[in-house]
Amino acid sequence: MGYFSRFAVPHPSPAIYASMIAIAVTVFLIIAGITYFKKWIYLWDGWITTVDHKKIGIMYLISALLMLFRGGVDALMMRAQLAVPDNKLLDSQHYNEVFSTHGVIMVLFMAMPYIMGLMNFVVPLQIGARDVAFPRLNAVSFWLFFMGAMLFNLSFVIGGSPDAGWSSYFPLAGNEFSPHVGTNYYMISIQIAGIGTLMTGINFLTTILKMRAPGMTLMRMPMFTWASLTTCIIIIFAFPVLTIALLMGTMDRLFATKFFTITDGGMDMLWANLFWVWGHPEVYILILPAFGLFSEIIPTFSRRNIYGYTSMVASMVLISFYSFLVWTHHFFTMGQTAYVNSIFSITTMIIAIPTGIKIFNWLFTMWRGRIRFTVPMLYCLAFIPLFTIGGVTGVMLAMSAADYQYHNTMFLVAHFHNVIIPGVVFAVLGASTYYWPKMFGFVLNEKIGKLAFWFLVIGFCLAFFPMYITGLDGQARRMYTYSEDTGFGPWNMVATIGAVCMAISFVLIVYMIYYSIRNAKKEAVSDPWDARNLEWATHTPVPEYNFAIIPQVNSREAFWDAKYKGHPLFKGDYEKIHMPNNSGVPFLMSLFFFALGFGLVFSMWYLAICGLIGVFICMAHRSFEQDHGRYISVEEIKETEAKYGGTHK
Amino acid sequence: MKVDHSQPLEYSTEQNRLNILGFWIFLGAEIMLFGTLFTCYFTLVNRTSDGPIGAEIFEITPVLMETFLLLTSSFVIGLGIHAMRLGNKKAMQAFFILTLLLGIGFLAFEITEFITYYEEGATLQTSAFTSILFTTLGTHGAHVSLGLFWGLFIILQVRKRGITPVTANKSFIFSLYWHFLDVVWIFIFTFIYMKGLTQL
Ligand code: HEM
Ligand SMILES: [Cu+2]
Repeated sequence: MGYFSRFAVPHPSPAIYASMIAIAVTVFLIIAGITYFKKWIYLWDGWITTVDHKKIGIMYLISALLMLFRGGVDALMMRAQLAVPDNKLLDSQHYNEVFSTHGVIMVLFMAMPYIMGLMNFVVPLQIGARDVAFPRLNAVSFWLFFMGAMLFNLSFVIGGSPDAGWSSYFPLAGNEFSPHVGTNYYMISIQIAGIGTLMTGINFLTTILKMRAPGMTLMRMPMFTWASLTTCIIIIFAFPVLTIALLMGTMDRLFATKFFTITDGGMDMLWANLFWVWGHPEVYILILPAFGLFSEIIPTFSRRNIYGYTSMVASMVLISFYSFLVWTHHFFTMGQTAYVNSIFSITTMIIAIPTGIKIFNWLFTMWRGRIRFTVPMLYCLAFIPLFTIGGVTGVMLAMSAADYQYHNTMFLVAHFHNVIIPGVVFAVLGASTYYWPKMFGFVLNEKIGKLAFWFLVIGFCLAFFPMYITGLDGQARRMYTYSEDTGFGPWNMVATIGAVCMAISFVLIVYMIYYSIRNAKKEAVSDPWDARNLEWATHTPVPEYNFAIIPQVNSREAFWDAKYKGHPLFKGDYEKIHMPNNSGVPFLMSLFFFALGFGLVFSMWYLAICGLIGVFICMAHRSFEQDHGRYISVEEIKETEAKYGGTHK
Repeated sequence: MKVDHSQPLEYSTEQNRLNILGFWIFLGAEIMLFGTLFTCYFTLVNRTSDGPIGAEIFEITPVLMETFLLLTSSFVIGLGIHAMRLGNKKAMQAFFILTLLLGIGFLAFEITEFITYYEEGATLQTSAFTSILFTTLGTHGAHVSLGLFWGLFIILQVRKRGITPVTANKSFIFSLYWHFLDVVWIFIFTFIYMKGLTQL
């Protein structure tokens, strides 16, 4: 019993036991289902071992949606607890765990993979490439993210969840104040997923720099590709900082080092600094690709080219640079001098300038455009005003003297949800609707999509605008309850109603997918929106080699100009195409990483060492393996292309 | 695979060029990684609590030996790459083996150095200073150890498969890695040891 008691959840409740049973039943049903329908081989050959960027992208999206559900349940629990004063639904410990996992899951295991998934699917198509620079590494990235997410979610039923917030400040996150394994899960699962993200950054930067179609100069790249490029650069500079911070945090917890302790010279503020040196760029890692997606959708549905291309690019580059110079604004109240605070106040406000430029460019793109109010476009239209409010409240927070009033209140919570939901979530939902036909060959139902959109927008406003008010009145964030006479009650009830609307919207989205799978016309249209960039120049569904002939680019909107100005895109004849082979090793390696992580969380050293050795064996195997890929012959290409009715020329 | 003969072997295919660029970008991330460690080191260096300060535990002889061994190995691997470009497989292998032997020598000195620290009572847990000292040195040492295995694999592959576009590419990338570790060591030598020794 002694050995297994370490796996016990420290604060069990009926809800947790119920979830344990639910998880066990679901896992059993999935396994039974796959076996019954004889899908194991299909899964293994078609998905688990794949190195195809399109399939990897789709796997990211599916995982992200699952995590959105998990994080959303956390959110509903928090809102249920706060709906009325002096509520007893959750105790303080549970509330702590719920807001901690909510934050981590939404930022690292929902928003990040959602963005990564769209990048995976879209970027190679947009630049006219056949795959990414390192397809095998791409699979490794995905599986590391996936196992990191699984490990993190396991904490809920085995050993207990982290409870020190998504920012996990020390000394609270140290052994003394967080004795159970929850924070170990935090440190290690984010580490595993983070390594995957870093590899994605390197992979896509190389891809974008080196694999663009002939004629696509840097200043002819589509906006989303530009956004991805700047994002990759931020990832490459920011994630190593997180790697080190998590390493030091892990060592403090597992090996009693003295980095962030209060005794023996440790320095808790070092964690706060490292965390935000990564953390602020991280929010821009999320928002820049989202900006890129809006810049794809808005021109398409306005029938206008993007206004101010050069200034769009310049502002993204500036944002990625400034994003490293503002981290202190997250702890203005934590002891720097007024001089230091002022500097960071100013740098923070400066970031709002390039962001504002982008807002105006989108508006000018729509100006005199012929706007079609499709679901993706609705998300863009809602984004602009709502995000602007979020940005303005950001500038309010950026005034360091005033921040003493706002900091760690619901006002701050309202700010960052106000930028992340209309910014990132609207972008990825809009973009999923936009790219859905390219991925799956049919258009999602507009009616249900619009209904879901309205529920989301109204739900969002109801859920978060009241927090600005209660925050200014002093309602602290991360507090599990408040008393009646604070007067926060009614506003919190409104916020909870808003959260329910957002949940309904999520249900509608799932229903929309289900409904469309059953009812949509499955005619494979390759360009359903009359769009402008190369990703729409291929067939639908996209053949594994993407383009039978690599396109020739000689303008910023090559596909548009091919359609309407008669520029030929695909010149020359078919040639045999080199493709990478599938491999099960990335998946296997991620399993070893999982074992390593699980072993570390519970200080089960034998398991950890076995996992580590397994990881090394996979790397050694990769070194010795001779894998020259395979060729798709000209006959095969001709056959495939004929099935699609020929290459568009 | 199209082979471009006007380029050195390690750059001769498209995938090779991608690999080299990708690795340079990876080294960029590594610079951030060690940069963060150094920043933390500078932040924590004076937080010694009851433990020793650098000058009390650092010894110049092993550090000079380590520096000598690692710098030499970096030079030798350069010779190895030169031999590879000349197509001299034997010389290349010899230089690579010598590189790894020097690397092993480096690690041996580093490990004895760590043992001495422990004997003198400076352990990983003593103070914030010793924690960051061991972590920074250890991260570099772990990179060297990993490099030993990687280098060994490459030697075995060159032996079996000869100098091909693939093995040449791998060897070249490995040499980048090895030089990089050398650069990091120069920073460690200067800013940890030299600065630490002159602290008194
Ligand atoms: C106009 C641009 C922006 C400005 C001036 C700004 C400013 C700030 C400031 C000063 C804080 C710290 C407030 C405090 O802790 O008291 C903050 C927090 C935050 N911001 Fe922003 N922000 C901006 C845009 C964004 C964007 C685009 C995102 C994400 C996509 C974002 C996400 C966050 C998050 C997640 C936090 C809080 C983290 C936490 O404490 O848990 N912000 N922002
Ligand atoms: Cu920030």
